[in-house]
Amino acid sequence: MPEAARARWVLAVATSVVLVATGCSSGGGGSSSSDTSKTFSYQSSEPQNPLQPANANEVGGGRILQNLFRGLVDYDPSTAKIRMQVADKIDTSDSQTFTVTLKDGWKFHDGTPVHAKNFVDAWNWGATTSNNQINSSWFSDIEGYKDVHPAGGQPTVTTMSGLTVTDDLHFTVKLSNKVSYFEYKLGYIAFSPLPDGFFKDPAGYGQKPVGNGPYQFVSWSHNQEVVTKTFPDYQGVDKPKNGGVVFKMYNTSEAAYADLQSSNLDVIDQVPPSALATYKNDLGNRAIDAPQGAIQNIGFTLYQSDWSSPDKAKVRQGLSMAIDRDTITKTVLQGSRKAASAWVAEGVEGYKEGACGDACKFDPAKAKALITEGGGVPGNKLTITYNADGGHKEWVDAVCNSIRQSTGVDCTGDPKPDFKTARAAITGHQLNGAFRTGWVQDYPLNANFLSDVYRTGAASNDFGYSNPQFDQLAKQADEASSVADTVTGYQKAEAVLPSGMPTIPLWYYRTNSGYSTKVQSVMFDSFGNPAWTQIQVKG
Amino acid sequence: MGRYVIRRLIQAIPVLIGATFLIYAIVFFLPGDPVQALAGEKRADPIVAEMIRQKYHLNDPFIVQYWDYISGVFRGDLGSSLQGRSVSEMLGEAFPYTVNLALVAFVIEAVVGVAAGVMAALRKGKFLDQLILISTLLVISIPVFVTGFILQLVLGVQLKNDYGIDFFSVSFNEDDGIRAYLLPAFVLASLSLAYVARLTRTSLMETMRADYVRTAVAKGLKRRRVIVRHALRNALIPIVTFLGADLGGLMGGAVITEKIFNMHGIGGLIAQAVYQKQGTIIVGVVTLLVLIYLVTTLLVDMLYAVLDPRIRYE
Repeated sequence: MPEAARARWVLAVATSVVLVATGCSSGGGGSSSSDTSKTFSYQSSEPQNPLQPANANEVGGGRILQNLFRGLVDYDPSTAKIRMQVADKIDTSDSQTFTVTLKDGWKFHDGTPVHAKNFVDAWNWGATTSNNQINSSWFSDIEGYKDVHPAGGQPTVTTMSGLTVTDDLHFTVKLSNKVSYFEYKLGYIAFSPLPDGFFKDPAGYGQKPVGNGPYQFVSWSHNQEVVTKTFPDYQGVDKPKNGGVVFKMYNTSEAAYADLQSSNLDVIDQVPPSALATYKNDLGNRAIDAPQGAIQNIGFTLYQSDWSSPDKAKVRQGLSMAIDRDTITKTVLQGSRKAASAWVAEGVEGYKEGACGDACKFDPAKAKALITEGGGVPGNKLTITYNADGGHKEWVDAVCNSIRQSTGVDCTGDPKPDFKTARAAITGHQLNGAFRTGWVQDYPLNANFLSDVYRTGAASNDFGYSNPQFDQLAKQADEASSVADTVTGYQKAEAVLPSGMPTIPLWYYRTNSGYSTKVQSVMFDSFGNPAWTQIQVKG
Repeated sequence: MGRYVIRRLIQAIPVLIGATFLIYAIVFFLPGDPVQALAGEKRADPIVAEMIRQKYHLNDPFIVQYWDYISGVFRGDLGSSLQGRSVSEMLGEAFPYTVNLALVAFVIEAVVGVAAGVMAALRKGKFLDQLILISTLLVISIPVFVTGFILQLVLGVQLKNDYGIDFFSVSFNEDDGIRAYLLPAFVLASLSLAYVARLTRTSLMETMRADYVRTAVAKGLKRRRVIVRHALRNALIPIVTFLGADLGGLMGGAVITEKIFNMHGIGGLIAQAVYQKQGTIIVGVVTLLVLIYLVTTLLVDMLYAVLDPRIRYE
């Protein structure tokens, strides 16, 4: 189902490109007039951390690194399915020990070959706490992670016992538990290889990164732009069809949009909220509206006695049914979101439409009945905490209005000044009732939306949700023999969620973007990033 | 005069220390965890977060942190951001844009504002006077971001797309040189420009009625000389005070203009630093702004002596 939707969308973009290009030949929306040596510019934000693969946890640095590095695998931008890049194959017989075979011939931008040890060294370095890498928890599946990443004090060793180099093109990864879909995680930027030179001067490399990806680093003028150019020796399946990407730093999406309209900027990230209603008109067939692997939820403080009793699940179901998602996404959010019917976002591998069942359908009468049945909302009052800096106020107010009108529960928003303050309140358990939460995919697999959020004690389980049945099903899914079985396993686990209703799924994100008249063949993947290498610059 | 300047400069030291202390304290007691801000919208790994906190001494009590910071400042080290970049380097990158923007705005404000004010005062009650009064009133009543967005759309986007005139930058582009600063500087200056025009008009009209101006006219001096040398020179004192105070304001208050035109000056730097709760950057920027204020007020005070020979500093 989601794949069909995606294919339709791809087709729509392809046809629009054909319409734009004058005198074009056939074949994939390409045009004879494109110039593969020309660069295009992309709206970006200044990287917050040095450009080290395990140190980019925000979009600004992340999307630059994505282009400078290629890991063992990545995801096909049009299908979101995994595809091999540096890896020739990744074998496992027990979902715990993985044998990785590399393709021969890959090179770093400095000319040195990409070998097994470049991966192993990079992962060890990224996981070791003394290197202060923000993404270090990505390596937590690997055996020996606790030795390089102890809960307190300095690590005693700097290598994980689970990683063994066999020869230049082979290495093995032993995990501490079975994770059948481990290869899906490997597409994340933290798992990139690093050249030998990196370890001599990590800080220097953080300012002038040397990768193995389709684009090589040229220059970084802080707060202005990061310039890259096509790497001629790139061995990946997605050879660039342009000369490079120039990441231009913008403070606001409004400025970027004004630049796009006057062709000073080629591709933007997201249109500003102020232009959502008009951008399709402004840009015509250069406008983009694509699904994104991200979801917005309302979470509950299940650790509070008010919400912990099993009856309250009915109240949460009732509240969910009191929200008119369709109307809010169309009016308040101006079509920039799509009403959710599951906990996994649309377009993600394993997405099952309607997994939430009736509990995500708008039905005021039933909502009222369920809330009464569950003993009512404590004090008949609901507070939704959110961060006021993310443009959430409008929809939180709309959701509260919807709940109030449908059920009479006195719902109010509780804004915190910014994300970090809201985050501190959430992790510090200083909340009362409900809060805004959400999930953006790390990799396009349903396990990511479920295991990392709803398992007992999971890093992002801010609700204190603990359901033995869910944990059991997730464990079984992790131990499955193939990714396909993992996906079905997690679908079973997702089916448990409606009964406890730890969060209310609201809607899926969409990419609302556009591009200038200078480029063509622009398509966005489920991460909300363009398919960089496929963009063509008109000659 | 020399002694006066030295005395003023010595007075500046406690002001600077007091300002850094206050700002550092305010930032310290802001809620939220700066290390979490580094991790973006995901939860920071608690162990790594703790390592970073230790590395930058974020767990130390306030007074210890402040002492570390201020003793570093006296050694010429403004500290570093939590991302490991040196604050003086970041200031060095951001400051030129803001200084250039403020200076261009200042020139627009002073030249256009005073000229408009003089013209209005000399043609009191006539059409030109009415026009200047109404147009300045209009500018004062429209918020800066509205002027900014409208001018950006009309002079930037539409002029280029509809008429092919690519003169004003839609967003800041360094390669355009001074041209890139014109539109943002005008937006930034517009409000003060209106004040300067109105202030000049009133002040000049008042001095035109003063005894010494009547004397000058009675002496048979040329009208031009009466206005420029006798009336305007005296009328300028309140205007110079305003302009001097405003130069600092232009630098610190350019946040909105910088955002609209995508300039990466100190406005954006300080906004982001406040958002991420990065004390070293905030204090660095604010200290520099305080210094600029101190220097400009000193310059203004010395200008008084030039404009009015009766004022002496000893």
